[in-house]
Amino acid sequence: MVHLTRRYHFSAAHQLHNAALSGEENARIYGKCNNPFGHGHNYVLDVTVAGPVDPSTGMVMDLGFLDAVVNQEVIERFDEVHLNLDTEAFRQVIPTTENLCIEIYRALNQKLSHPGGASQASLKRVRLEETSSNFFEYAG
Amino acid sequence: MIHLTRRIEFSASHYYHNPALSHDENQRLFGKCNNPHGHGHNYTLEVTVAGEIDPRTGMVLDLKELKKLLETEVMDRMDHRFLNKEVLDFQTLIPTAENLAMVIWNLLAPKVSQGRLQRVRLYETSDLYVDYYGE
Repeated sequence: MVHLTRRYHFSAAHQLHNAALSGEENARIYGKCNNPFGHGHNYVLDVTVAGPVDPSTGMVMDLGFLDAVVNQEVIERFDEVHLNLDTEAFRQVIPTTENLCIEIYRALNQKLSHPGGASQASLKRVRLEETSSNFFEYAG
Repeated sequence: MIHLTRRIEFSASHYYHNPALSHDENQRLFGKCNNPHGHGHNYTLEVTVAGEIDPRTGMVLDLKELKKLLETEVMDRMDHRFLNKEVLDFQTLIPTAENLAMVIWNLLAPKVSQGRLQRVRLYETSDLYVDYYGE
């Protein structure tokens, strides 16, 4: 069993705001992140898959396959968009990096858990950096 | 229990090819990595040893010993080498990062004299690494 981790980058805007709370309460909880104009981050995503090494390829998972899945499920959905305004996933859910991390895990897990015989590996962990000082990990 | 990690860097070339498969199949599977002239990486290796602190020295293990082990088993064997042609294991194994991490584990694990090898992490590039825990 080998764990393979590949790093991806995307940039997005968001605003942290809970419509059920008052303006003051939102300002108290989210501070500058509550700015209604939004603000952005360069996110760094580490995707870890784990599985046996296929003796005929020497690989845990074909990187082209992994790249295609991450591109479709993460980059195309979340790169260069406003998460609150431009994505279905965060119309109701607050796009904290915690929630983004869980959404990315869920989306990748659907595609990577049963890659149709391409690999016996499965998703192990998603690690998402919002800034170099903050990161979040979700393993299902 | 303390985990101690030492990092080294080495540079090597490799290419991916499975002689049991056709030329077209190798091309499809490995793409540019199938170029028989090889291509290179600056690998970063992080070796983690776990163990109890020896009360006499305050150390998990003697770092000089670990440094020497990495020199002998990894640097001398693999640094500035063509892995497919110059490292025995890769005459039969494809030198992917996955296999390289496992080969390095097998070289180091029996020779760690204090504590036990806990993890081998091998970066092929800053955006790609593999971890092997011995099982």
